[in-house]
Amino acid sequence: MNNLLSLITFTPAVAAIILALFLRGNDAAAQRNAKYLALLATTISFAASLLLLVGFDPANTAMQFVEERPWIMGLNYKMGVDGISLPFVLLTTFLMPITILSTWAVTDRVKDYMIAFLLLETMILGVFCALDLVLFYLFFEAGLIPMFLIIGIWGGMNRIYAAFKFFLYTFLGSVLMLVAMIGMFVMAGTTDIPMLMVFDFPAEPMTVLGITLAGGVQTLLFLAFFASFAVKMPMWPVHTWLPDAHVQAPTAGSVLLAAVLLKMGGYGLLRFSLPMFPAGAAEMTTIILWMSAIAIVYTSLVALVQTDMKKLIAYSSVAHMGYVTMGIFAANQQGVDGAIFQMISHGFISGALFLCVGVIYDRMHTREIGAYGGLVTRMPAYAMVFMFFTLANVGLPGTSGFVGEFLTLMGIFQVNTWVAVVATSGVILSAAYALWLYRRVTFGALVKESLKSITDMSRRERAIFAPLILMTLLLGVYPAAVTDLIGPSVAALVTDYAASVPQAAEAATH
Amino acid sequence: MTSFDLATVLPEVLLAAYAMLALLAGVYSGKDKLTGAITWATAAVFVALAAYISFGMAGAASTGFGGLIVDDDFARFAEVTILLSSAVVLVMAQDYMARADLDRFEYPILIALAVVGMMVMVSAADLMTLYMGLELQSLALYVITALRRDSVKSTEAGLKYFVLGALSSGLLLYGASLVYGYAGSTNFAAITAAAGTGAAPIGLLIGMVFVLAGMAFKVSAAPFHMWTPDVYEGAPTPITAFLATAPKVAAMALIARVVQDAFGGVINDWSQVLAALSVASMFLGAIAAIGQRDIKRLMAYSSIAHMGFALMGLAAGTALGVQAMLVYMSIYVIMNIGTFAFILSLERDGQSVTDIASLNQFAKTEPLKALAVLVLMFSLAGVPPLLGFWGKFGVLLAAYDAGMAWLALAGAIASVIGAFYYLRIIYFMYFGSDVAPATSRMSRVQWAVFIAASFAVVAGTINLFGLEGPATAAAEALLG
Repeated sequence: MNNLLSLITFTPAVAAIILALFLRGNDAAAQRNAKYLALLATTISFAASLLLLVGFDPANTAMQFVEERPWIMGLNYKMGVDGISLPFVLLTTFLMPITILSTWAVTDRVKDYMIAFLLLETMILGVFCALDLVLFYLFFEAGLIPMFLIIGIWGGMNRIYAAFKFFLYTFLGSVLMLVAMIGMFVMAGTTDIPMLMVFDFPAEPMTVLGITLAGGVQTLLFLAFFASFAVKMPMWPVHTWLPDAHVQAPTAGSVLLAAVLLKMGGYGLLRFSLPMFPAGAAEMTTIILWMSAIAIVYTSLVALVQTDMKKLIAYSSVAHMGYVTMGIFAANQQGVDGAIFQMISHGFISGALFLCVGVIYDRMHTREIGAYGGLVTRMPAYAMVFMFFTLANVGLPGTSGFVGEFLTLMGIFQVNTWVAVVATSGVILSAAYALWLYRRVTFGALVKESLKSITDMSRRERAIFAPLILMTLLLGVYPAAVTDLIGPSVAALVTDYAASVPQAAEAATH
Repeated sequence: MTSFDLATVLPEVLLAAYAMLALLAGVYSGKDKLTGAITWATAAVFVALAAYISFGMAGAASTGFGGLIVDDDFARFAEVTILLSSAVVLVMAQDYMARADLDRFEYPILIALAVVGMMVMVSAADLMTLYMGLELQSLALYVITALRRDSVKSTEAGLKYFVLGALSSGLLLYGASLVYGYAGSTNFAAITAAAGTGAAPIGLLIGMVFVLAGMAFKVSAAPFHMWTPDVYEGAPTPITAFLATAPKVAAMALIARVVQDAFGGVINDWSQVLAALSVASMFLGAIAAIGQRDIKRLMAYSSIAHMGFALMGLAAGTALGVQAMLVYMSIYVIMNIGTFAFILSLERDGQSVTDIASLNQFAKTEPLKALAVLVLMFSLAGVPPLLGFWGKFGVLLAAYDAGMAWLALAGAIASVIGAFYYLRIIYFMYFGSDVAPATSRMSRVQWAVFIAASFAVVAGTINLFGLEGPATAAAEALLG
């Protein structure tokens, strides 16, 4: 079956079209049908992606499951996965049914909600599978439309501001990337990603507006792509849209945003920035490493003073993404392995944390930390789950959070000791804000009147958390499940990068 | 030889003859009884001519009447676009015209005459032919803009359009006279020979700039855009829809024709003029639209910005650029027809409304229509995977390919600013506050046009409806 990737990618979109065109009415039955159809489509997509896992050969670093068809304007419709993109595809298809399940209680415009989510899944999967530059851009940008609507329609109080900020911020980053892509098309004469990865873009120093730019065209292209990916990541100092978008997005929107959407930035850096513009990347490495270190420490401190639970977790996400950029730009096996691992693990953990907030938000309709306290007395199961993911977020050994942080720190230590020292302090800070949050919400005496009748998690809610706990533990005790999958592709990436950058080669031998 | 010459202009001749016949029928049948029939007949004639041009006239380019007029793939592409879009605009607005008591039989006939003018424009091979076509088109448009004679706004719009249009025609004529003085001929081929490929005579260049300025008025490129918002707002909505589509295609094709056919040897001299017009239009259209409250004015600024993008393709000066411009204009027409089909339908208490705020919570009452508008708006903003993105992609690619990376960058930034006001329409429809929203009343034809346009905007991303091949052939015909 050589249309497997298209099947995985477009099944949700087909379901969305069916919903949009054929589902009438807004009564309970129609709502239930919409939910079941969405669940079915995402499950089919997940099941099909397991076939990918079965048929995938980790030792082969070339693209696999490739589909190619001529398209318009000299472009190709080309899909394929390698060791770097496969984990993201699996992460997305795995999380989607869970996200759909978590919205079971939504009653406001259920049909539209499901359509938006299904379309979003198609776009995200397309990003990870696309092997044509413009096809990638298409999926990358198109995801903005459903996300804009999800935040704007179902978000909280300040949702309009958040939706506009999210859209315009990421759109600006992306159009710069579009111009760079057009430049690459003109220079290389192709938009085929594997071919572009081996194309040497000119790296002779050039002068732009009177400033001499080492790395020349490569640096310019790198910066244009970086503008887009850094916003999507998001990196300090362009992260400010994320807390706003998160706070206002509904729970499932937050889960998707944190768990999957943010990974598109990191994936882009691995797919484009390092292999295609090594000279540009080498030129910018030091700056980016320090930006990452600042992100880790600064956003952890900001997280410490938040009074809104979702905002706190959002800032914690930014901090964790700091480890990712740091690992990627360490550009050695441990660093890049760790970065990918951290992204996958963060997908499970942050998704679960937002679901945890969702559980109590559904009951109390507030995200203020001050409104809670002593939940452990009425919700023991919830306290247990919340604790598990809090500790995983902190990076407790035995959970997947530990492996990602440890690997990235090990990678960076070989490249830049000072950045490693600063970044390691972030581990302590993350323990501080996460545990403090947990104490304020769960422990203490249950004094607030409104909380006295709060109920523990329902069976559906427990069922949602079970696979997430399982995956977090599995990857924590057996990280090779991921590293074996990504190892050879990462090794090829790191070797190629080192070969094209002498400084990187030197660093890699330490 | 004469028969051959006639074959070159057969569609124009047939359409003009039809317009006369329809006029006779209208006059002798008594007051406006036949309006509906004439409207449909006109649309049918448009479609038939489009079919004839696409399938019956294929073949090598030919010139007629001593090099005054040319029939090539470029002219055919533009003519088909103009004919089809005019036909759609005519039929989708018929219901509105009847309701607004505007169903005069002159309306479809004047549209037919304007279309004759446009067809002459795009196949002009001489400055005189160009002017003839342009004036025939413009005069018909001035009149239909003021069609609602008892409305101050409509007559004001017509007068404003007339005065500024006459000024631009004057500029164009003055430029044409300079060009004639320095080139010794008004024929495009002779002008090309006189301009040479090196340094053209300065007087010729001044003449060229005046001609370009005159034509920039017609496409409403900044800084010659001033008439557009007022005329768009004042004219009855179906006429605004018409003004925003076919005449823009014709004028844009005309610019391409003049710069490539008459001044093809001195690309550098006009390329920077067009690039300046393009940047000014994109930014003015994007920024000035932000403050608009009236959806017709907003669409006016939107069209200014879109003309800026189309001009970017022309500024590239390459076949790729011309092709990108043609694709862009076709896409632009589809999006605008869809959007205006929607604007036409908006009303409150039987009165048509154009205030953006009247769209508040429209998605709750009319989910399907809101979804269609959403798709159109995102497409106008140039967000992939919708059709509007491909238009922008094509012109950006052409500009970058021609070594104008800065222009492509400026266009990309302008499109972000422009995205804001399209999002605002979506904001009102989906997130707005609960006040009584306007209702949307559509005839069956109008509904079909509206839904088909928004469907096309989505489905077009699969293969652009095969537009690329004909557009490439057209661009090659123009440059070849």
